[in-house]
Amino acid sequence: MFQRSIPLFIVLFTALLLIVAFFIPHKPFGDLESRFLNWYAIISGFTFLLGLDSLTRHHLLKVIRREKGWFYSLLLVLSLFATLTVGLYSWVKFSSPFALRAPFMWLYKYMIIPLQATMFATLAFFIFSAAYRAFRIRNLGATLLLIAACLVMLGNVPLGSSIWQRISQLVHLVFPNTRLDLLYQIELFAQIKDWLMAIPQAAAGRGIGIGLALGGIAMSLRIILGIERTYLSS
Amino acid sequence: MKLWERLATIDRRIIYSILALVVILPLILKPKIGVRVSEPVRDAYSAIEQLPTNSVVMISIDFDPSSAPEVQPMLIALLRHCFKKNLKVILTGQLALGLPMGEIALNQVAPEYQKVYGKDYVNIGYRPGYAAMMVGIGREIRDFFKTDYRGVPIDSFEFMRGVHNYHDIALLVSLAHGAVADAWIQYAGARFKQKIIVGCTGVNAPGMYQYYSAHQIEGIIGGLQGASEYETLVQKPGSATLGMPAQSAAHGLLILLLIIGNIGFLLSRKKSRGK
Repeated sequence: MFQRSIPLFIVLFTALLLIVAFFIPHKPFGDLESRFLNWYAIISGFTFLLGLDSLTRHHLLKVIRREKGWFYSLLLVLSLFATLTVGLYSWVKFSSPFALRAPFMWLYKYMIIPLQATMFATLAFFIFSAAYRAFRIRNLGATLLLIAACLVMLGNVPLGSSIWQRISQLVHLVFPNTRLDLLYQIELFAQIKDWLMAIPQAAAGRGIGIGLALGGIAMSLRIILGIERTYLSS
Repeated sequence: MKLWERLATIDRRIIYSILALVVILPLILKPKIGVRVSEPVRDAYSAIEQLPTNSVVMISIDFDPSSAPEVQPMLIALLRHCFKKNLKVILTGQLALGLPMGEIALNQVAPEYQKVYGKDYVNIGYRPGYAAMMVGIGREIRDFFKTDYRGVPIDSFEFMRGVHNYHDIALLVSLAHGAVADAWIQYAGARFKQKIIVGCTGVNAPGMYQYYSAHQIEGIIGGLQGASEYETLVQKPGSATLGMPAQSAAHGLLILLLIIGNIGFLLSRKKSRGK
């Protein structure tokens, strides 16, 4: 019984304290909020240790049991501890692993940056191919999405301006009375992109944001009131 | 296989090869193209431009190397702008792996303007649990950052002695590739009325427009295009401006492929309906 009721009571009590501290930012409640924030930061720090433990345990077990892909797990564990060792050495020797002459920064500049950048850059190829295959005008919604995507892509890069300049020259050729400099200034693709981003896209984003916030409040209330108990594994 | 069927099903290896060529060639040939400055970037620039000399700007490195090609040029351009205007810079970061990006940029830009560590800028480093830290700075920055990233007490730096909370920070810049920028807006912006500008990856930029149109942030620098616009404004073209022809060509190629693919798709659908 206490296994459940004590954690539930701690959650309710802490939540009430935090709510009071938020609305009454004076002593002693104001200090309380500050103290809780410090605890939060300390606990967040310790979650790294938990992650380190979980990651190492998972991959070492894989190596010991010679499961599929064990070699990659071994590489991961070795890299993890090599990075940790280099980082600690840099910390001791240079006061910070991020000091420019520290060995950790060498590892960072010549291993971590290129590896992460490569991973991210490779994604562009997959997205490109996937967009070509999946973006089909099967119905009105898909057609509108495709047109909007193309306009945003055009408006977002100088290519859109170049195309618009050619269109302006063509218009000027057909209607010589139109002023070319004014036509250039219109920058139609960029204007459409700005409008799409600022109005329809932002409206949808705002709707999703409000939905998320309401969902967050509802979930928080459920946790505070003990209705939602999944964190207790029940 | 009919022509329209081929159009709708180009082999992905061909697409990859063309894309690689389209990206690499402009980077080698370096064609010069004009950059149009958009309103959100101009507003971000104005927010810094309007600050009086010696105002404190806090720049938060909320990205890691995966987003560096897009966001790092923003950081460099922003630092150039701040140092040119003789503003004091506090660098912090919410991603442990991102903080060295800030150190690299500072060590590149500060010598260009003869700026000195501790006098003109400091790097206060990283603390875990960013939500708590963002709220906590509203009260006292020393609750979370007593020392800089090398362990030197922040009070040993003259300009930091006057910095206690958001009240003393004229502008906050979040350079983010994820939800951290939202957290800055929600905690520092909404609760403490901190002025914020956001620099983010192209993927994240649309999510910032709702804050921008509601005047919750001063401006947005979105993606490589935003970075190149900022470089244009500070009149120091860098890697973002260099990358724009490649990005332009890639966008053009994608639009072309989408048109070709859809023509193929429509024709093959028409054909199959005819049967």
